[in-house]
Amino acid sequence: MSARPLPQLTGLAGEFYGFCKVRELRFQRCVDCSAWRHVPRERCGECGSADFRWERSSGRGRVYTWTVANRSMHPAFPSDASVAPVVVEMEEGVRLVSALENCPPGELAIGMPVEVVYEDVTETVTLPKFRRRA
Amino acid sequence: MAGGCAQVTASACIVGIGETRYARDKAWSPTTLALNLEASVRAIDDAGLRVHDIDGLMPFPGLSCAEEVAANLGISELAFTSTVHMGGASPVASLLHASLAVTSGAAKHVLLPSGWAGYSGARARQTVATDAQSVPGGAIARDYYIPYGLTAPPQWYALLARRHMAEYGTRPEQLGAVAVAMRRHAQANPNAVMRGRGMKLEDYLASPMIADPYRLLDCCLETDGGAAVVVTTEERARDLPRHPVRILAAAAGQPYPADEIVGRKDLFRIGLTSAAPRAFGQAGVRPADADFAQIYDCFTFEVLQQIEEAGFCKRGEGGSFVEGGRIELGGDLPVNTHGGLLSEAHVVGMNHVVEAVRQLRREAGERQVANAELGVVTGFGDFGDGSIVILAR
Repeated sequence: MSARPLPQLTGLAGEFYGFCKVRELRFQRCVDCSAWRHVPRERCGECGSADFRWERSSGRGRVYTWTVANRSMHPAFPSDASVAPVVVEMEEGVRLVSALENCPPGELAIGMPVEVVYEDVTETVTLPKFRRRA
Repeated sequence: MAGGCAQVTASACIVGIGETRYARDKAWSPTTLALNLEASVRAIDDAGLRVHDIDGLMPFPGLSCAEEVAANLGISELAFTSTVHMGGASPVASLLHASLAVTSGAAKHVLLPSGWAGYSGARARQTVATDAQSVPGGAIARDYYIPYGLTAPPQWYALLARRHMAEYGTRPEQLGAVAVAMRRHAQANPNAVMRGRGMKLEDYLASPMIADPYRLLDCCLETDGGAAVVVTTEERARDLPRHPVRILAAAAGQPYPADEIVGRKDLFRIGLTSAAPRAFGQAGVRPADADFAQIYDCFTFEVLQQIEEAGFCKRGEGGSFVEGGRIELGGDLPVNTHGGLLSEAHVVGMNHVVEAVRQLRREAGERQVANAELGVVTGFGDFGDGSIVILAR
């Protein structure tokens, strides 16, 4: 198996994952129109403003959709029907690609409530993941 | 005809088509360049032109480039070269650019070569993994998708398919109806890779999961093959040997944002959603007027989704639309009469353009749509870029 691909910690991605490393899930929020956004962007897609803050997410969301890694498509990720890349819609309204811990795909459902957890993948990279919540 | 754009695109024609053999044959191993060249030579010959008549060149992004094709074909005087970067939407979007080029006088005869050694060379499934920049916003895939194992097109689009199933009740059997229709059409196509390998809905349902809800038989083929067309003006077409196929309208569009696929407010809004009404409006026809449609079928759900977004039916009704043989030969809207990417070959959609021309020339043999007068071809690429061309006999 080849080395696991990791995000490049530069620019806005570096800032996003930097917060994850200290166990904070933060998304950009426009200072002018208050719109939340993810993935990180230089300017607000709603009003065009370049002013934003990294605001703390509640960490709570719901499963929006998912697939399953039935067939390997990448040398670092083997075929594994127990692995499900998910899309989570956060309470703030943004969506992100992630994965669920301790939840086999057979138990997944759209709308399932989830909350963020963190996985230290390397010494420098921490990925936000999710687990079921009541 | 009102509107500047309508005047420009109304008088361009496809006058030549060319295809190589399509195959998955370990004994063959052609190069991508050789496939592009062979298809080009055949298209130029079919048009009744010589290589030196070609003064415009629009290769598919990332597979060949104008300099390489021109040097290897012997095109010494290029007036116009351009490449559209819309993945599988590129060939059809290129027809828009080629139309503009010939009707504006920027070029006389534009050659559009496509094709690749998609079986014996690098596979599509590996493209993003090995080169994040191969999709627009590759940095987003690299930083936010790939670390979670979401690395390849069937996985991206599976996310949409599942959500569509949840919102509209779309069923696996309906995705299967798309796969079965393409396979049936391939049986009437001597160049289809899947000719001689019939498939029933039970076979579809029994095929292994690839990226749930996508099964193996939801996914397009990986093949070796090349296809090309030549575009010129209607005026010049009159002096050429083949029955010209008129480009009534061509349009391209992008979802928003186009470099990211999961965060869109309207998950199902793709490039075609805005491009199709522009094209139909410009051509002055309705979707129901089409005698056939060649829909970019990288995966089954994308056919269903494009049928909806192009306006052949309402959103959410694509599942029932594709059932009951409606998209098969003899149905209301035969789709991918050659077998498509699913059962003919993956020639990045240029094979769809070639098939549409063949149908409108009435040269499609046993799979000919009776009295075909009007055809629609779509392209779909990357994270939902879209293109559409409306062609008339």
